[in-house]
Amino acid sequence: MKQNVIEIKNLYKKYKLGTVSIDTFADDILVFGKNLKKKITNKFKENSIYTLDNNDIWALKNININIKQGEIVGIIGNNGAGKSTLLKILSRITLPTSGEINIKGRIASLLEVGTGFHPELTGKENIYLNGAILGMRKYEIDNNIENIIEFSGVHKFINTPVKRFSSGMRVRLAFSIAAHLDPEILLIDEVLAVGDADFQKKCLKKMENIAGNGRTILFVSHNMSAIESLCTSAVVLEQGEVKYNESATKAIQLYFSGSLKKIVKEYKYNQSNATGDERLKILNIKVEPFKGKIISVKSGITFTIKCLTTLEKTSIFIGLSIYTHNGIMLTHSYTPITDPKNLKSGFYTTKSILPNNILNKGLYYVIIWYGISNVEKLAEIKNKAFFEVMSVSDKTSTREVPGIINPDITFKHVYSKK
Amino acid sequence: MIKTKKKSYWDSTITSENKWFDLHFKEILKYRDLLWLFVKRDFTTFYKQTVLGPLWFFIQPLISTILFSIIFNKIAKIPTNETPPYLFYMSGIIAWNYFADCLNTTSSTFTNNARMFGKVYFPRIIIPISKVFSGLSKFILQLLLFFIIFLYFLFNGNDQIFISFKVLIFMPFLILQMACLGLGLGFIISSLTAKYRDLNYLIGFFTQLLMYASPIIYPLSIVPEKFKYIILANPITPIIELFRIALLGKGDFNLNMIAFSVISTITIFLIGLLVFNKVEKTFIDTV
Repeated sequence: MKQNVIEIKNLYKKYKLGTVSIDTFADDILVFGKNLKKKITNKFKENSIYTLDNNDIWALKNININIKQGEIVGIIGNNGAGKSTLLKILSRITLPTSGEINIKGRIASLLEVGTGFHPELTGKENIYLNGAILGMRKYEIDNNIENIIEFSGVHKFINTPVKRFSSGMRVRLAFSIAAHLDPEILLIDEVLAVGDADFQKKCLKKMENIAGNGRTILFVSHNMSAIESLCTSAVVLEQGEVKYNESATKAIQLYFSGSLKKIVKEYKYNQSNATGDERLKILNIKVEPFKGKIISVKSGITFTIKCLTTLEKTSIFIGLSIYTHNGIMLTHSYTPITDPKNLKSGFYTTKSILPNNILNKGLYYVIIWYGISNVEKLAEIKNKAFFEVMSVSDKTSTREVPGIINPDITFKHVYSKK
Repeated sequence: MIKTKKKSYWDSTITSENKWFDLHFKEILKYRDLLWLFVKRDFTTFYKQTVLGPLWFFIQPLISTILFSIIFNKIAKIPTNETPPYLFYMSGIIAWNYFADCLNTTSSTFTNNARMFGKVYFPRIIIPISKVFSGLSKFILQLLLFFIIFLYFLFNGNDQIFISFKVLIFMPFLILQMACLGLGLGFIISSLTAKYRDLNYLIGFFTQLLMYASPIIYPLSIVPEKFKYIILANPITPIIELFRIALLGKGDFNLNMIAFSVISTITIFLIGLLVFNKVEKTFIDTV
């Protein structure tokens, strides 16, 4: 039985929204006065930190996670779910509002690589500086410098100022430094979004090795395939709370099905929370099969989008893009919603049909926007509208082929002797 | 019982508690290599991509000295304790520059490093301490320049000047006190500007005013009794005077002045240290 190396207990983090101004200064003084009064009258209630003021939000709410030695734990969730806040508290960049975290071993974090690189210093000088920022002693860097340079693959430029490096080279150098940190616990925040495919593979391999040596890794990413192949378990965060804590594959499925169940078939907005401004609002997005009852490779897909506009005699366009679940754009298409001369204020509904035999089985999302042609974007839906394409199942079998697209490729076979 | 057992198992615990006296001296020691690398970085990047390179460390005090001599000595006829004006002003400028450097570079610690502080943890105090050391390297170089010019005057038969070795051995303490005073004020200002930037606009103006309230362009001996208490309320005054005695053999001081100056320096430094330590834990939420 492996031992826990991280124990997170009842962790809360509150953030204040809005800008800093004379008002917040007045607030600060009021709060300071209140606290002082409470301390003096000795009626300080523990509960008071759990109440939210007007401009407060919970970035993290009652988080309880235990992590065992040698685990690679993925953290997934939509933007703003609290993933980065959690890593920030773990790496001591900021304090929690309440709760407790116990840690065994040295923690190193890789929150956006290359922080602290000085553009005027050479690659080698920056290895020392960055290594020290991440908590390495000089002799540790001395011992590893050859490996770091070798792994980064930038040895040709190692005596050149970093400002002459391409962004890819910087990232590679930064990751190499962090990968040679040798901490007991490594926190990684979305580093694989950069670098070419070869280097990404190398990073994943390195992370596997690190974990193989009994190190523990916490890994935040939107790259589900990386999480699935690397992580032993995954935590799904939703609006600051732990939604699921499961094996990686199960968590990813739950994460998507969660968003599927809630959003997919129909996105409905009332006029107050709809995306857009008073000129145009997106009210409704519906994703449904064109033929049949389920969206499948053979069904084709109908997207129905409804908007409310107050503009008149303007050239308004609607645009639609389809992405794979891990963010690869597959297509983009746009068209004017009516002849500019005829545009009246009111509701417009657009039906858009994606023919069958294009998307393969898998998870996709669609992004919709409205705009005035060549001038500005009026509205773009904030949440990704996920939908799942099922494989075609007929009575005899389920036919599945790999790949993103699934067109009806025709074959013609001709035989000849020569 | 359970608690002690627990304590031995876990290496560290993060809670919401933010105590005033939670200073991590051990941790700072662990990061001493980083401190040294920051100093090296500041020093080498100072003159990167310049033609004159490290000469810039000397040009600024030289030009200021010449200007001060012309304006304050030749035009305004301010006496310089019967020492050569060039040496008088230069010694004052070098000492003042070190103090002002410590103050200015440390007072923007949080705002200037917010990006880095938001991404990675290390004891934030490393940054201001490193600034004090990079300032020190500059100060020592400028002091060498002073000695060269001093020797030139000595060999040209000026018998008014002499180095007071009795005071010179206290030089490290004078430097330490200037550093602590600059750092202490820098701590306080950087902590105050982490959330409200208002003070940023005052700091340049404030150092300038403070310079006129210190015996840089005039010796303490010519200050009229009526104003003397203002100048003496400034903890830098005895430091500058002692500095001049060490280098030129002339200056005014008494033990009361020194005691007041040392006590106020320690007070400012400690307040600064505590405030900084308190603010560093969560400033990233408000910066």
